[in-house]
Amino acid sequence: MRPLLRLLSDELVERILDEARGILQNLGVEIHNEKAVSLLGDHGADVDRPKGRVRLPGDLVDRALATVPSGFALYDSTGEQTHDLSGNRVYFTPGSSAINILDLESGVMRRPVTADYVRYARLMGGLDHIASQSTAFIPTDVPDEVTDSYRLYLSLMFCSKPVVTGAFTIESFELMKNLQVAVRGSMEALQDKPLTIFSICPTAPLKWSEVTSQNLLDCAEYSIPVEYVSMPLAGFMSPVTLVGTLIQHTAETLSGVVLTQLKKPGAPALWGGSPAAFDIRYETTPMGAAETIMIDCAAAEIGKHLGLPTQAYSALSDAKLLDAQAGLETAMGAALSVLAGINSVSGPGMLDFESCQSLEKLVLDNEICGLALRLVEGIEPKDDFPAGELFNELLETGHLLIAGHTLTHLKGEHYLPSTVIDRANRSRWQEEGSLTLGERARLEVDRLVGEWQPVGLDPAVLTELTDLMETEARRYGLDRLPDRE
Amino acid sequence: MEILQAIAKALEKGDQKDVARLTTQAIEQENPPQTILDDGLIAGMDVVGEQFRAHEIFLPQVLLAAQAMYAGLDLLEPLLLSEGIASRGKVVIGTVEGDLHDIGKNLVGIMLRGAGFEVIDLGSDVSPERFVAAAGESGAPVIGMSALLTTTMPVMGRTVERIEKEGLTGQVQAIVGGAPLSRDFAERIGAAGYGYDGLSAVDLVKKLIS
Repeated sequence: MRPLLRLLSDELVERILDEARGILQNLGVEIHNEKAVSLLGDHGADVDRPKGRVRLPGDLVDRALATVPSGFALYDSTGEQTHDLSGNRVYFTPGSSAINILDLESGVMRRPVTADYVRYARLMGGLDHIASQSTAFIPTDVPDEVTDSYRLYLSLMFCSKPVVTGAFTIESFELMKNLQVAVRGSMEALQDKPLTIFSICPTAPLKWSEVTSQNLLDCAEYSIPVEYVSMPLAGFMSPVTLVGTLIQHTAETLSGVVLTQLKKPGAPALWGGSPAAFDIRYETTPMGAAETIMIDCAAAEIGKHLGLPTQAYSALSDAKLLDAQAGLETAMGAALSVLAGINSVSGPGMLDFESCQSLEKLVLDNEICGLALRLVEGIEPKDDFPAGELFNELLETGHLLIAGHTLTHLKGEHYLPSTVIDRANRSRWQEEGSLTLGERARLEVDRLVGEWQPVGLDPAVLTELTDLMETEARRYGLDRLPDRE
Repeated sequence: MEILQAIAKALEKGDQKDVARLTTQAIEQENPPQTILDDGLIAGMDVVGEQFRAHEIFLPQVLLAAQAMYAGLDLLEPLLLSEGIASRGKVVIGTVEGDLHDIGKNLVGIMLRGAGFEVIDLGSDVSPERFVAAAGESGAPVIGMSALLTTTMPVMGRTVERIEKEGLTGQVQAIVGGAPLSRDFAERIGAAGYGYDGLSAVDLVKKLIS
């Protein structure tokens, strides 16, 4: 039995949905993109152009929900399937778009450069419980205009896992699409085997900017999967009550679904989000708060109810260091997210309110993910009935260390973490240097980066990727891409 | 003056109705409008500012106090205008081009008004040209810019450049704020200051316009 967490009754889900539809129908959303507004208007939305307000009638929402797929697959850069984003299957991905990286040795958060990103991408290949990479942070040694595409380029060059990413401008989309086409060989091949998911965020409350609306339309046009990442802040930019915030999240996300489905019925998407509580004492948005985690899980329940695959920003921490708070908040979020069956969980590696990535934390979080994934494998009998014979053996031999049953089932039944998780007895721990978690994580980062294998792409493809990136960089004044070491 | 102290106390409690009632009384008692403003409303707002700094109260209490401030200000403004008393100073504010996140900017606007400044709010998605034009036309000596997206921060540097280009250096100064910003960034682009929250923005403006 696959354990499943439910926070909302079916009745409450229905009431939230009804209310969200009412808001879309009566208040509408504010859309700062003429193409998007026209598209909605052409399909029966009530458009108030001077105010930029678009009201979405119920049947428009219904039509969109009827065509959105209940799941989709992701494939790595060699064409192997890695994800089946449907049902209650769960996958993790690092938190994306951090502006800082934590330098563990100095304890200082600093702006990252290309060498940091390459190290990160190399590390990602060795993290078994984080199934996709993300464009995790923003290198600062390239022009602003190419930071989004440049992250994707580096990711594709150094790690074969599919990429959760996003564009910062309308212009960047073209290159980010072309990089993917270069990997797959053709647009048809890319549409057949998606390689990325684009995170696209409305602005609370109930607004889509010009860039984000256009990103939705462009991704839909080319069947590039999107995740709608609505971010209401409870008590600040959305109602303080969890239900009120869920109503807003539902309304904002539904409006995104409508936009992509009208552009292209059947365009793949994740019902996603990054809602949060708002701590009035500090004016910050704690991702580790119980309320944040609960809103994430409940929002996914609503998405599942509508038949969509889901995503959430969870499994991360607001701490500034790799400390106990970082561990506890990440673990809480990871455990609850997998129990809620959220298909794609974005978060590992992240600190400081989604603004900082840490390679050492990524390594720890990989363990947290492993633990969480084991939780939802649940408990199933494995040659356990009848048990008589096995117990006879136990009583006769005095142990089961090398029993056939043990040798057969040990690997599949028990998750064995890496050395990052300390399980030694005290003497051994002391003998091995009394290493702290941070030290163990650092060693593991070094080890995994050292074991990096080149991605299995044709040299011609790698050259094409670099040509594409260099051409774009040159347009914005950068003649030579930064060093990678 | 007792009535003025009472106004300040009511404002500190965020009691809109009381502030309005007491301000009316103070006016009827023929207290000079400027004195009611300074020793009643602004005095109360200053205490609120200190309590906020000391983490004794939080954002909602500050906003309630600002609302109470407006209740009094609305009654005083016509009298101040007719006596030809200018505001404490003018500030142009806006969220930069390409960015729709305006709540931080809105909070700064509320607190600036609460501190007695005249606020020209250009809204969001504001270009360098619009910022500088608004400052030029209104005579505002300070432009306050807000951004939440790292990708829109460059607009701030371009606005500072434009101030120079228009020959307004010295006359117009730019201050900046927003979650991804820092003092370093402000210095790098040549801004006059960086505010890490609404109240520090007000402190900055007070310093620059004096």
